[in-house]
Amino acid sequence: MNNPCNSASHITRRTMLQTTGLGGLAWLTPVAHWLGRAQEKAPAHAPAKSVIMLWMSGGPSQLETFDPHAGKKIAGDTRAINTSVKGVQFAHGLPQVAEVMHELTLVRSMVSKEGDHERATYNVKTGYRPDPTLVHPSIGAVVCHELPDAEMDIPRHISILPGQWPARGGYLGAQYDAFKVYNTNGRAGNITARVQPKRLDNRLEALEQVEQSFARGRRADLDAKTTLHNATIQKALRMMSSKQLSAFDITQAPTKTRAAFGDTNFGRGCLAAIQLIGAGVRCVEVTLNGWDTHANNHEAHVTQNAILDPAFASLIRELRTRKLLDQTIVICAGEFGRTPNINAADGRDHWPTGFSIALAGGGFRAGHVHGATAADGAKLDPLDKESIHVADIHTTVQHALGIEYAKELMTPIGRPMALSDGRVIQTLLK
Amino acid sequence: MPSEKIAPPLWQRNLLFAVVCVAGAGAVVSNLLTSDTMSAPKHQAGRYEKPSFRTAVDFVDEEFAADWKKAGLEPAPPADELTQIRRLSLGLTGTIPSLQEIRAVEAQPEGERIQWWLSHLFEDRRTSEYLAERFARAYVGVENGPFLIYRRRRFVSWLADEFEANRPYDKIARSLITAEGLWTNNPEVNFVTVTVDQNEDKKGPNEVKLAARVTRAFLGVRIDCVQCHDDHLGDEWLQKDFHQLASFFGEADMAISGIRETGKPYEFKYRRQREPVKVPAIVPFQPELLPERGRPRQRLARWVTHKENRAFARATVNRVWALMFGRPLVEPVDEIPLEDSPENPYPPGLEILADDFIIYNFNLQRLIRIIAATRVFGLDSKMPDGRTPPTLEHDEHWAAFALSRLRPEQVAGSIIQSASLTAIDADSHIIFQLNRSIQLGEFIKRYGDIGEDEFYIQGGTIPQRLLMMNGNLVHERIKNDLVANAASRILATAPNDAKVVEATYLAVLSRRPSAEEAAYFVRALSQKGFLSRKAKQADLYWALINSTEFSWNR
Repeated sequence: MNNPCNSASHITRRTMLQTTGLGGLAWLTPVAHWLGRAQEKAPAHAPAKSVIMLWMSGGPSQLETFDPHAGKKIAGDTRAINTSVKGVQFAHGLPQVAEVMHELTLVRSMVSKEGDHERATYNVKTGYRPDPTLVHPSIGAVVCHELPDAEMDIPRHISILPGQWPARGGYLGAQYDAFKVYNTNGRAGNITARVQPKRLDNRLEALEQVEQSFARGRRADLDAKTTLHNATIQKALRMMSSKQLSAFDITQAPTKTRAAFGDTNFGRGCLAAIQLIGAGVRCVEVTLNGWDTHANNHEAHVTQNAILDPAFASLIRELRTRKLLDQTIVICAGEFGRTPNINAADGRDHWPTGFSIALAGGGFRAGHVHGATAADGAKLDPLDKESIHVADIHTTVQHALGIEYAKELMTPIGRPMALSDGRVIQTLLK
Repeated sequence: MPSEKIAPPLWQRNLLFAVVCVAGAGAVVSNLLTSDTMSAPKHQAGRYEKPSFRTAVDFVDEEFAADWKKAGLEPAPPADELTQIRRLSLGLTGTIPSLQEIRAVEAQPEGERIQWWLSHLFEDRRTSEYLAERFARAYVGVENGPFLIYRRRRFVSWLADEFEANRPYDKIARSLITAEGLWTNNPEVNFVTVTVDQNEDKKGPNEVKLAARVTRAFLGVRIDCVQCHDDHLGDEWLQKDFHQLASFFGEADMAISGIRETGKPYEFKYRRQREPVKVPAIVPFQPELLPERGRPRQRLARWVTHKENRAFARATVNRVWALMFGRPLVEPVDEIPLEDSPENPYPPGLEILADDFIIYNFNLQRLIRIIAATRVFGLDSKMPDGRTPPTLEHDEHWAAFALSRLRPEQVAGSIIQSASLTAIDADSHIIFQLNRSIQLGEFIKRYGDIGEDEFYIQGGTIPQRLLMMNGNLVHERIKNDLVANAASRILATAPNDAKVVEATYLAVLSRRPSAEEAAYFVRALSQKGFLSRKAKQADLYWALINSTEFSWNR
């Protein structure tokens, strides 16, 4: 035991509970950075603490969700329904979300330059357009990096039912990647040891033998600075035995609550997201696939809305009930919208110039609608003052979280990069 | 039921199968633990000591030695040969060597083992397949690409055939740039069809994507960074340089018979201009090397691969180096300055290796052999007792072998290989193949592929550690299973516990245990306790597979 702090078996079950000291502070962020932040002044308003991203993968049609133009040619047979806010209407597929419109901030004038799924997903998740020289961090990674937390055993950035391009840490490092949870059965993957505790201790002691041999003739800080191997094993072991793991398990919620979210994986993922946020997780992304409706757009949206509607509405209500809504920013977005024109296959194609994003909580202005699209669905002018760019959403969200969004970080390629380079849209905030 | 009368009862067949397997396994293992049973590759002993080969190696060695002297660094001593063998296997086949292969290479005379090992690997289809996959990332990326008109698997398989035949690399590059016809008949065409964007109004291959791929993959030039506007912060390229290069792909078009030169000239709307303009096809540097005649893509291909266009050779040397070391000589792998300067000199070795590559007609296998023979490739990643461990400065100057994190498929391949005493190769039993593809896919997804930015060194992550400690793939490969798993077979056939531990270390970590490790594990195996010997052997496997050195190239 020459180097106990560097050894895997240092953190066995018996000692794990005692290690919330310095080891805990080091979780995802350098200690010095954390100490530095503790001395900063808190912002004047109580900032939000966490983010839930409902990711509508494929790009939902604004016309069949939050921006109907019922009776117009571009609507097809989509009808409009009233919401809890006078004068604001949704498409008919979202009656439950319509009842919580007074909690939402709706942006109907989103514009971007990205019409390809992968590029647009990158754009909306990071606030930056793809760049051949570096990978930008997703919003959840930025939040974890900027708002560290000493007490967490489980990852603070989680992607439930991840799609093809889950949230990444980018230049902040792979340790900021979203932790991927592929099911909603209450257990994150691979968090249960295959053997009994006593035998796991044996294995870890054996591992330490091999690690000691490997460490000979190498830098003392090799693990801490380069491989993160044993440091990560410690964190994994801490996670495996953490009480916080129960936040993944939604069976502890009342049956009635669970039923309200709908009997779908996405619905269960939304409930898990609330529990995780309640346990201290910074950002949860929950993905709903199936919005890429190049054919049979309207039919497909009936199916999709039936999943989204109870889940999204219940998410807002439950966050309110648990008094978490004011500290949590909810974003419901896809990579782009869909064309006003209905194509020959009764579908709609990609449309980055005039789509909708719904937000809620965390200092956003409740019951507010920003921007509008024309009755003929014409492209929005990106230079119009009502047009909101993807980067603006990121900047405004970071601002609401009390993050110094203009701060530049040094990237691995030696180029300083602002956390976000858009504008704060004050009218979206309280 | 007539079938029952014909076939023997099920239990009898199962028993017969089990008897055959166990008997076979026993025979193979006892051989493996003592001697070599592998077929020998064609290998000319002494060939790689001849001056025509040695000179290039010596020059590279001298340049590195001069650099270390200048930096005041004492390089690490040579790593043991098994460590070098492991590096070559990981870099060229994506897996560790098998116990059988280790026995075979150790039977070769000292001094000949590294080049013998390369002779062995170059005859192994795994090498060409793996190299093809790694190169394909630079050529066509990792995504599945446009539906129906892009067949990535065919493309990689074609590339593997080219590498297996050791076709000159300039010819491979020209085939890709000038590819015509159907993506199914001519697999190289997929290099072009992968760029077709089916959501855009424009039909046919995307000139901008093609120009970006060609310049990055073949020339190590990131000229595509200026595709949207001039970079006024000092980039040497102008926006028009990029689009004039893209213009060479303007005529490439999608027809019923595949890719043909029937398209319209390339047009582009520059910033602050109202209308798109026809862009002339002009190369961004060394215009004198561009042939005057021929179809645009043929002219471009000749220019890219011209022996005086050194960017082509440098880019290839840098990529091969990166595959072998886990990191490129010049970072990032696809951005190498066209000229060096006193303030920003080329790293040691680059120009010599590029020269040799050009003189010997872009021979990839020769390039790999030369790099493997250099002193710098053979250096240890650690220092012997009594010396200060290698510093970050050592890593920076290549004065020690810098650790690099293995890619997901290298880790998965190593787990599967460590569970088999013989090499898992393309000729292996179908069961291995099936296991490999299904489990590999799932494992790689969870381990986290970092896509195309593959030479960016990062530390390990929690999902990776959870996957290795608790995941299914490792569990399946270390559990007691006399037919499928090396762990059980070693335990069943090794003559004593010391041999069990040694064979296990060789099979998993490609090295022998230290005296302390051997003592610890021999004692652990022989101690009476609550665990069976089989369980203890599984635990030994678990510990080795979960170690730092298993997941890193050292």
